[in-house]
Amino acid sequence: MPVAAVLILAVGTFAIRFAGPLLRDRVTLPKKVNDLMTASATVLLFALVAVTALTSGKHFGGWALATGVVVGGVAAWRKVPFVAVIVLAAATTAGLRLAGVA
Amino acid sequence: MRSIWRTLDAVLLRDVAAVALGAAVTGASFGAIAVGSGLPWWLPVLMSLLIFAGGSQFMAVGIVAAGGSPAAAVLAGLVLNARHLPFGLAVGDVLGKNLLARVVGSHLLIDESTAFAMSQKDPARARAAYWACGVALFFCWNIAVLVGALAGQAVGDTAAFGLDAAFPAAMLALTLPALKDAATRNAALVGAVTALATTPFLPAGVPVLLALVGLFAFRTTKKEEPCPSPQS
Repeated sequence: MPVAAVLILAVGTFAIRFAGPLLRDRVTLPKKVNDLMTASATVLLFALVAVTALTSGKHFGGWALATGVVVGGVAAWRKVPFVAVIVLAAATTAGLRLAGVA
Repeated sequence: MRSIWRTLDAVLLRDVAAVALGAAVTGASFGAIAVGSGLPWWLPVLMSLLIFAGGSQFMAVGIVAAGGSPAAAVLAGLVLNARHLPFGLAVGDVLGKNLLARVVGSHLLIDESTAFAMSQKDPARARAAYWACGVALFFCWNIAVLVGALAGQAVGDTAAFGLDAAFPAAMLALTLPALKDAATRNAALVGAVTALATTPFLPAGVPVLLALVGLFAFRTTKKEEPCPSPQS
């Protein structure tokens, strides 16, 4: 993660944020565009969850990793606090690896 | 009347404190996970100060950690943050006309501060809620990221501790509420399958961007609203 990439993302994000208050008297977005922008955020995040949970490089990431994420997901779905979700996921994966599961 | 205001403000401050605490936990996780993925401790701190958008920070670190190019990470982060444009259009008036307030206020435009401002009917209270939430979250988020990054540095072998599972689990927890919407869920599932199917063939980072084809499956259930919604 080069510093230049951080700066570009920071400047771009600020431009997006600053544009709204600046243009609000002149522009109204159609509801469809608004909904699509919100949905695209979720689509990207969920895809990243799938890829990082199930793959490592170009291959399957292993059962220990996948199981840990599933356990964390179920915990989050059962409204377990955020910290506990993360600890459960990491502990499950670490435990399985300790037991020899790849 | 005066006591009602005071009570309302106490409730508001309590809500802001709860949200800020949640952000602190997420921030500490981000710091620790980012360092665990191989970044120096100051890089997640710098990201949090300058970008100040948790989802895109997780996204960028995740793509680079998976071997993706920084360009893909930046592009995905920007698409993710595009949702801040409608937020700014919706609540931009709470920032006022002063240029400095607009610049600083724009940087504090996040999901939470937008939600707090929109929950208030009175403009003065909307303004107070926006700034209280934005400022509180900025400080909590950044301090927590620093603490998390320093703590993450103390952890040695991240794979043995299962930190690679912590990362997707954290993002899944953040995404789960939005997946309750059926149209969003369909789009997300199609996108995830597309990303997984193309991962063996494409450079890292690209499959995640390609997941946006899932938006073709995005169909809101109500085709035409019979009457315009109140806020428009």
